Amino acid sequence: MKTMIETRELRFAYPADEGKEPVFALRGVDIAIEKGSFTVVLGHNGSGKSTLAKTFNAVLLPVGGKVYVEGMDTLDENLLLAIRQRVGMVFQNPDNQIVANVVEEDVAFAPENLGVPTEEIRRRVDDALKAVGMSEFVTHAPHLLSGGQKQRIAIAGVIAMQPDCIVLDEATAMLDPIGRQEVLSTIHKLNREKGITVVLITHHMSEAEDADRIIVMDDGRVAMDGTPKEVFTQVEELRSMGLTVPDTVDLLDRLRHSGVDVPLDALTVEACADVIAQAIARN
Amino acid sequence: MLKDITLGQYFPGNTVAHKLDPRTKILLVVLYIVALFCAKGIVTYAVMGLCLAVCVRISKVGLKQLVRGLKPVLFILLFTGILNLFFTPGDRYLVEWGFLRISDVGLRNAIFMVLRIMLLIMGTFLLTYTTSPISLTDGLERLLNGLKKLRVPVHELAMMMSIALRFIPTLIEETDKIMSAQKARGADFESGNLIQKAKALIPILVPLFISAFRRADELATAMECRCYHGGEGRTKLHVLQYARRDYIALLLGVLVMVLVMVLARFGL
Repeated sequence: MKTMIETRELRFAYPADEGKEPVFALRGVDIAIEKGSFTVVLGHNGSGKSTLAKTFNAVLLPVGGKVYVEGMDTLDENLLLAIRQRVGMVFQNPDNQIVANVVEEDVAFAPENLGVPTEEIRRRVDDALKAVGMSEFVTHAPHLLSGGQKQRIAIAGVIAMQPDCIVLDEATAMLDPIGRQEVLSTIHKLNREKGITVVLITHHMSEAEDADRIIVMDDGRVAMDGTPKEVFTQVEELRSMGLTVPDTVDLLDRLRHSGVDVPLDALTVEACADVIAQAIARN
Repeated sequence: MLKDITLGQYFPGNTVAHKLDPRTKILLVVLYIVALFCAKGIVTYAVMGLCLAVCVRISKVGLKQLVRGLKPVLFILLFTGILNLFFTPGDRYLVEWGFLRISDVGLRNAIFMVLRIMLLIMGTFLLTYTTSPISLTDGLERLLNGLKKLRVPVHELAMMMSIALRFIPTLIEETDKIMSAQKARGADFESGNLIQKAKALIPILVPLFISAFRRADELATAMECRCYHGGEGRTKLHVLQYARRDYIALLLGVLVMVLVMVLARFGL
C-alpha cells in the first residue's frame, strides 16, 4: 500500500505570549496514513487531534519534524497548492466555509482557483454534487439548507478539486443525528467508490466503528493505534484518557465485571446481541 | 423581524431584461442617467419616460414594486419639489402668499426635478430588480477589469462584495439569536429615548462583531484550503459573454441618448 500522508517526529506549538514558554500541542507524532484507507482520529478536547489534522494540508506548519503528503514536504512553499489540491479539508462550522451564495458557485470555487477550464468546471461541479447526493440543489441558496446538507455541499466543494484525501476536522460536531448520518454515509461512499482516503477527526465514538483504523491522541502524542476492535477493547486505558467507549463495549465490559463470559470486541449492536445470546445459551 | 430584510431586491424572471449581460445593463443604466441629466423639456422627458416604460414592460416587473422603491426617497422628493417650487425666482409669479411665491420657472423646475429623481431611482431599481447580486458583482468586476492596470484591486473588491452578500443572511440570523439571548437575560430594546435605545444595542453589536471576526478567520482558512490565492490565473464557472441582444440593447441605448441630447439642444 502506498502512503498518503506521513508525519515524522512532528512537533507543533501555537505561538505563545511574549515571555512565556510555548505549549506544544503535538509532541512527536509518527504516523503514516495509507492510500484509500478510512482512518478515524479520536481524542478529547485539547488532545491535539485538530492541530494534527491542520498540519496535513499545510494550514499549520510543523515547528519540528516533517509532514509529507504523497512524498511532498509541507514546508516547501512551492508545493503549497499541489498539497492543498490533494488533501481537501472540511471544517466544523458549515456556515464559515461556504464562500458563494449559490450552491453551484460554491462548489466551483476550488476548481476556479485552480484555473480549470470552464467546461471542465461544469462537469466537476455536477459530478461532485451527484457524489454527495445534492444534485437537485444546484441553484439553491446555501443558507436555506439544513446543517447536514450544508456540510455535504462543503464536501462537494472539496471533491471538485479531485483530491486524493479528505480530512474532516470535527465536521459532524455541529450537526443533529440525521445530519451526522448524512455526512458519514456520504464520506463512507466516497471512500468505497472513489477510493478517496478519509481522515475523520471526531470525538464521537460511534463514528469510529466502521473505520479501518483508529488513532487515539492524548496530550499531543499517539496513545493508541489499531483497528476498532483492538482499540475499543482497551476499555480502562480509553477511560483514563477521558474518552467513553461505545455503548456496546460498555455493556459487554459491565457483563464481564459481573462474571458473564463474553468477548469485548463485538462493536455493532447486532454482534453484541449475538454474543450475549450465546452467553445466555451457554448458561 | 429581521428576517424581512431583503437586499438587492432581485425578482427572478426569464425575460430579455433578465437575460441581458449584467455589463450591458450597467452600461445602459449609465447611458440612461447621462441622458436623464441632459433632458430639458417636455419632449425629452417624455422620451425618457417612454424608455423606462418600455423597459419595465419588457422586464415584467410590476409597477407596484417599482413605485414601492420610491418610498424611501419620498422625503427627498418632497423636499426638492417644495424648495424648487417656492424659492425659484422667475419673471412671472403665479401665486403669492407673503414670502411664499410660486414663479412660472419654479413650477416648471419643481415638476422636472421631481420627475428626474423619480425616473433616476426607478431606472436604477430596474437594474437591481432584474439582476441577481452575483451577476451584478461579476459584471462590475469585468467592466472595471481595465482598472487593474492602475493597480486598482478589482478582483479583491468584487470578492469582498460577494462574500459580504453571502454573509448577510448568516449575520442577520446571528443578530436574531443574540437579541433573543440578551432578551432572555433581561435586556430591553424597545423602551426609552433614542440614546437609551442606541445604548441598548451595544450588547448586541459587541458579540456580533467578535463572532464576525471569528467567522472571517475561519472562512479565510477554508478558502486557503480550497486553493484560493487571489485573482491570478482564476477561471470562472459562468463566463460572461455578450450575445446579439446585448449589442442591440447597447445600440438602442446609445441612440436614445443621442436623440435626447439633440432634442435638448433645441430646448425641447
